[in-house]
Amino acid sequence: MPGSWFKRTFHRSGSPRWFFAGSRPWMIGLYVAGGVLVLVGSVWGLAFVPPERYQGDSFRILFVHVPAASLAQSIYVAIAVAGLVQLVWRMKMADLFVAAAAPIGMGVTAAALATGIIWGMPTWGTGWVWDARTVSTLLLLLLFFGLVALRQAVPQPERAARAVALLAVVGVVNIPIIKYSVAWFATLHQPASITLTDRPTIAAVYLWPLAINALGYYCFASGAVIAALRERILAREAGTEWVRGYLAGET
Amino acid sequence: MEFLDMNGHGPYVFGAYALSALTLVAVGALPILRLRRRVRELRRRQAVAEEQT
Repeated sequence: MPGSWFKRTFHRSGSPRWFFAGSRPWMIGLYVAGGVLVLVGSVWGLAFVPPERYQGDSFRILFVHVPAASLAQSIYVAIAVAGLVQLVWRMKMADLFVAAAAPIGMGVTAAALATGIIWGMPTWGTGWVWDARTVSTLLLLLLFFGLVALRQAVPQPERAARAVALLAVVGVVNIPIIKYSVAWFATLHQPASITLTDRPTIAAVYLWPLAINALGYYCFASGAVIAALRERILAREAGTEWVRGYLAGET
Repeated sequence: MEFLDMNGHGPYVFGAYALSALTLVAVGALPILRLRRRVRELRRRQAVAEEQT
């Protein structure tokens, strides 16, 4: 029965033990795939596409800036969904996911902001502008920081989990603001070149390195989230029979 | 050399790529280091607990 298979998988995915047992090959595979893809995409973007007509060579920053910015927002949405699951069902794994992914989201958002600032210097003539896209992305960085800091500030794990989940869910309003900021407001930041509904307004030669790097960023970060989750699971389940068995060398 | 210069944009382009690479390495390596540290710490605690029993 496909229905019962789904139900079983859904329930199992809530089990830290089940996740821990099966996730190691996924972690390694995603790290390796992500690393290789980013290497290929970056070399391609640096050396094997022609310079863009208006921005010259500085546009090559696009291939590391856009994947980071897109990934940062996706990580936040995933955290907000997990936060909602945590609030409604008190699912152990949801809270562990929020805890594992928040620092990674913080790093990726910092990379998106930093590459944006560097890109702005030669093209906008200034590294930082107070426009809607840059400010809402700065807010995203602060939200990730808030998720990490709030957990450390609340000593009781159960209360920390609920507080962090609530912040994660409320903060998701920032995501549409980031996304539509370039359409709603007069920003220096350019509007999106790639959307789900329209033909891309970016030349096809540039799509390949961009797509490869984006896929690479997503794979690599997924590997990192799995690694962080495994650490959180061990910390939380320490002392249980299966963790003792794992530490003693059985699998 | 022309490749490194990027028509004067070299420092920006390679700076942005270097920074991205550094961030990715940090984002990828920190959870692995923490995971290893956690395993070592729990193994040590377990060994101590077994000695006491």
